[in-house]
Amino acid sequence: MICKENPAKVHLTQIVGDKMQKVDLCEECAKKKGVNDPSAGFALADLLLGLGASQEIAQSSGGEDIKCPNCGFTGADFKKAGRLGCSQCYQTFADSLEGLLKTMHKGTKHVGKVPIALRHSRDLSERLKHLQKKLEKAVTAEDFEQAASLRDEIKAAKDQIEHLAPKLTP
Amino acid sequence: MTIHEFLSPPSETARRSGPHDRIVLSSRVRLARNLRGLAFPGWAKKPERLRALEIIRPAVESLPQLQGAFSETMDNLGPLDKQILVERHLISCEHMAKGVGSGLVLNKEESLCVMINEEDHLRMQALRPGLQLRQAWLAIDQVDSELERKLDYAFGPDLGYLTACPTNLGTGIRVSAMLHLPGLVLAEQINQIIASVNKLGLAVRGLYGEGTEALGNVFQVSNQMTLGEVETDIVERLNKVLLQIIEHEENSRAKLLETKPKFVFNQTGRAYGILANAHSITSKETMNLLSMLRLGVDLGEFPGADRALIDELFIMTQPGHLQKQFTEKLPADERDIIRADMLRERLRHVGRSNPKAPSSGGPALDKRN
Repeated sequence: MICKENPAKVHLTQIVGDKMQKVDLCEECAKKKGVNDPSAGFALADLLLGLGASQEIAQSSGGEDIKCPNCGFTGADFKKAGRLGCSQCYQTFADSLEGLLKTMHKGTKHVGKVPIALRHSRDLSERLKHLQKKLEKAVTAEDFEQAASLRDEIKAAKDQIEHLAPKLTP
Repeated sequence: MTIHEFLSPPSETARRSGPHDRIVLSSRVRLARNLRGLAFPGWAKKPERLRALEIIRPAVESLPQLQGAFSETMDNLGPLDKQILVERHLISCEHMAKGVGSGLVLNKEESLCVMINEEDHLRMQALRPGLQLRQAWLAIDQVDSELERKLDYAFGPDLGYLTACPTNLGTGIRVSAMLHLPGLVLAEQINQIIASVNKLGLAVRGLYGEGTEALGNVFQVSNQMTLGEVETDIVERLNKVLLQIIEHEENSRAKLLETKPKFVFNQTGRAYGILANAHSITSKETMNLLSMLRLGVDLGEFPGADRALIDELFIMTQPGHLQKQFTEKLPADERDIIRADMLRERLRHVGRSNPKAPSSGGPALDKRN
């Protein structure tokens, strides 16, 4: 608490590197700091994602407001809401988000659960690479019989991937 | 069927038991998922929200785990219905504010609850009494695996499950437990515990989650980071920390009894005195005193009372549950009178505090569970 008088109602968390700072404010202090007055231009993004988040968004967009081609969400909207417009926004605002994600999470790459359809397609593309290598070898060795059967297998794998594709383009 | 008819009576829910339920009230694992291409609920216009609801709701209803479930859209639930769901910790405060385009699917056992179009298109949660994080994770993982066959999830190979708020990105998992920690509060060690739990990258919140007070000495501990760590690691890490908090709570109870027994019995005895004799009492005071009474019961102080009774009263005395029993809207001061009447009635058979005075040999605490 800042004033150490009234009970804290507004709690701010700031994450810098791997350190976390917490600020607890009572309603009055929060008002003084403009935290609970949206008209004062306080960004909810700062509240939700840590202080400085909105600045980072503004900086990385180079002053120009980027707009998501899928949902029309802008960097200014993100600054206001602290949330994104749609799943494609993660591509649209990738540059702005990179730094944020680093401070917010343990890593920047997902290592957890993967939908099974995607796991299949990963397996398939690995199989495809493997088959193509084998084909090259067969061709160099002039083993045309094996090359022909490999070509069939490759075609089948490609078909399967294409079949999965519409579901899997991010 | 209305939600009131569907929900089990508090007398029943309070009897659900699980490991460590002397301290851990409940465990929860929730997953956030979204549909590819559609705007997130907070940004979507009404028709788009409705479209998401129309896609998700039948998929959820068709799950074997949710046969015979209660399924309703939020605009068809009254304010009181929603408040009761919040008081039962089945929906979030944020979901309570939702109307057209949002929905809820809840199973009969109240162990599986899916919010549609909350902050994300899908917020599914598994709930268990006591400390059962692993079981809750397994249950919700299974639901999610079945749903992914029917729904086109927004997923990126690098960022994982894409969520409205970047804080949920990756696994979209929030693992949490509700803890009753009167010992640590009385011993004034709670802030120390909160600080060290925070240092581990875990959040400590109040009774109703984000931004709420720790009424009744109930705290919610949960993971904060969702990206860059495997779900089971997150579950195990939290589990380990919770076991340590449980130990600290037991230790501080034992230590308080040993060093300041009169202080403890004064708290529990006064709580009983007020709860069993008041004629008007607010829900906040009730929760804080019930917490002390629960501590007294844990310490074997009150013959004729068990933890389930206290837990039932904890639910029954909340504003929504109290209001539910009356057709006309009660003003707060009338609710306070009715609340006090109910408490006096329900505590009629609970004997007066009868603490075992610590003998010269050592602490009187025998660890009951």
